[in-house]
Amino acid sequence: MLFLKITLKKEKLMEKVLQRLANDFREHEGNVISLLQETQEALGYIPEEAVYYFSRELDIPASRFFGVATFYAQFYLKPRGKNIITACCGTACHVKGSDRIISSLKRELKLTVENNTTEDKQFTLEQVACVGACSIAPVVIVNKKVYGKMTSDKTMKEIKALGFNKAESE
Amino acid sequence: MDENMNDKITINVCMGTGGMAAGGTEVLDSFEAALKAQNITAELHKGCTAHKVGCRGLCAKDVLVDVVVNGNKTTYQYIKPEMVQKIVDEHIVGGNPVADFLVGEDYHNFHKKQVKVVLSDCGNIDPEDIDSYISAGGYKALEKVFTSMSADDVISEIKKSGLRGRGGAGFPTGVKWEACKKTSADQKYIICNADEGDPGAFMDRSVIEGNPHAVIEGMVIGAYSFGASKGYVYIRAEYPLAVERLRKALIDAKTRGFLGENIFNKGFKFDIKVKLGAGAFVCGEETALIASIEGQRGMPRAKPPFPVFQGLWGKPTVINNVETLANITFIINKGADWFSSYGTEKSKGTKVFALTGKVKNTGLIEVPMGITLREIIYDIGGGIENDMAFKAVQTGGPSGGCLTEDMLDLHVDYESLAKAGSIVGSGGMIVLDENDCMVNVAKYFLNFTQSESCGKCVPCRIGTKRLLEILTRITEGKGKEGDIELLEKLSVDIKSASLCGLGQTAPNPVLSTIKHFRHEYEAHIKEKRCPAKVCSSLLTYSILEDACKGCGACMRACPAGAITGEKKKPHSINADVCIRCGACFDVCKFKSVKKE
Repeated sequence: MLFLKITLKKEKLMEKVLQRLANDFREHEGNVISLLQETQEALGYIPEEAVYYFSRELDIPASRFFGVATFYAQFYLKPRGKNIITACCGTACHVKGSDRIISSLKRELKLTVENNTTEDKQFTLEQVACVGACSIAPVVIVNKKVYGKMTSDKTMKEIKALGFNKAESE
Repeated sequence: MDENMNDKITINVCMGTGGMAAGGTEVLDSFEAALKAQNITAELHKGCTAHKVGCRGLCAKDVLVDVVVNGNKTTYQYIKPEMVQKIVDEHIVGGNPVADFLVGEDYHNFHKKQVKVVLSDCGNIDPEDIDSYISAGGYKALEKVFTSMSADDVISEIKKSGLRGRGGAGFPTGVKWEACKKTSADQKYIICNADEGDPGAFMDRSVIEGNPHAVIEGMVIGAYSFGASKGYVYIRAEYPLAVERLRKALIDAKTRGFLGENIFNKGFKFDIKVKLGAGAFVCGEETALIASIEGQRGMPRAKPPFPVFQGLWGKPTVINNVETLANITFIINKGADWFSSYGTEKSKGTKVFALTGKVKNTGLIEVPMGITLREIIYDIGGGIENDMAFKAVQTGGPSGGCLTEDMLDLHVDYESLAKAGSIVGSGGMIVLDENDCMVNVAKYFLNFTQSESCGKCVPCRIGTKRLLEILTRITEGKGKEGDIELLEKLSVDIKSASLCGLGQTAPNPVLSTIKHFRHEYEAHIKEKRCPAKVCSSLLTYSILEDACKGCGACMRACPAGAITGEKKKPHSINADVCIRCGACFDVCKFKSVKKE
């Protein structure tokens, strides 16, 4: 019962957010990208239901939303972990060994190509083309804080400080 | 108090993305706390303030701190919060700079051959304080334009200066503005392209983080000259600090009347909006960028019609790069002749480069056009890191190419780099040493362009995929006889048949690495060997028994359990189990792991 109540409450909250965003869209110039950016800002990702809701409310085919959402790297159609680790794969980071950091993180966090979030939804590993901090390559961003001249060890230390426990995850 | 104002101590803490990553915020806080604790202002009867400034280039030595006493600047490097008290005690109170913390000769060499125009205020002014910009002469150019210049005067001055677009293509800015002015329409737009997507480039980020008002001022001047009333800054969402500072600067500029309904009471109306890019490299292409601002998938369309005739919402639109716009105020203030006194015959002024990779002094540099690559890499960059041998310098990112040792005396400008098979591009300059595999570098760029290809036209969408597949098989030791020729043929076809700049230039890294490093490709294909020891499928790891102390570090680091051995006795690697990740090589302190 309690679970059902919580789900219902969550759904109401989401609908409220979506309603507000749809109204904004009608009132202002109406830009699909901005709408999706705001949805993601509010909900952390873009749930499928949100797209169908907007499609109905605004009379825009759902394919246009999915088209835009899958085109740009910024959008997520799946929920992300609580902590976001972003490894930079820019050229400078690449020649300074970002590949090795990424593969060791994948190993330690038990991530695969299809699944970049840990099972307990605590950590998500993402890659970015370049964060423009090439002079301190290789760069890793942990929850929006930029760390320069990183190694696999140093990155794991930060991840462990956020509560990652290898034994537990095994 | 007035006499004390001349006797002022200012502390500048570098707080670009690099400075903040190295702990700039903590250093600034420590200074503020230390100054407050001792009530320095009262003690010395001097105004004493600490504030943040943008990037001054040499990010490798962050956190950089300037202490300016009566106009004399002393610069410290690698400053950590715990070092602050000593600087306050000995230098600010005692009057003697702390010798141990001072920047070394390479800091001065780094700056010696540079000519700072666009970056002249970055690192000196507080980017979040409009008064700091104004007191450094900011918005003077705008005032001059509005009080004493006609729209045509502005355009002819920019044309005369010879300024060319700094985004990569190098189209003359004045000509673009003039074309837009001559097109009549009820609405025109100016867009600042800050979608700096090239991996390995961060000029635009640093300019906006260090001096956002210069870009805004340049945009207003442009808008005035060709009659645009709306402007957009299309900026990457991956640059949160730049976005934040830009937004603050826009609000401040509007409050002071540099933007808005009636600028300088001349009845000119202009406003700027920020549009966040959603993470697509192709949106750096003009027509794709326009589609993105309109809320669509960022796919390019065929040109003509060019955006100056038919751009955003079908209206005439000028798109200029950040660095281009940041040059405008200097040209207006100091004149076209001053600007064109720098540079070569066809490339005028200075250019900002992001110098990174295997050089000692990595960072942001601004040099006059026409400087040689050798001067950039050896004098400014301080030579190759760890005294390795120079192999190549990659310019222009995924659209560019490699330049080799025999081209080091080449004068850097649009024409000569193009002739040598590369481009100036937006200004990324990545130095590679003997430990870099050129096939791997080509594969890296193709991996990037392939995943960023928008998919609209077939040559780019499928062509880059096939190029990447061939390169991947070569680096995995499965390359076939004839692969090099196939790469070359495919590259030429993709270049000539693709719709936009992304596809037309995507094969450049392949073509230029084949041209200069064909032997490396051949070693991979024929001998199944990676000369630079990078491509992991072609490597084997073993332990040198004589050097191994049996510490067990490699055994603990090995994720595959391939290493065995007793304590204090030489260990060994089981090649069948080894996944060639290189973890043992990285952790061994005795250099006893051999890679071949």
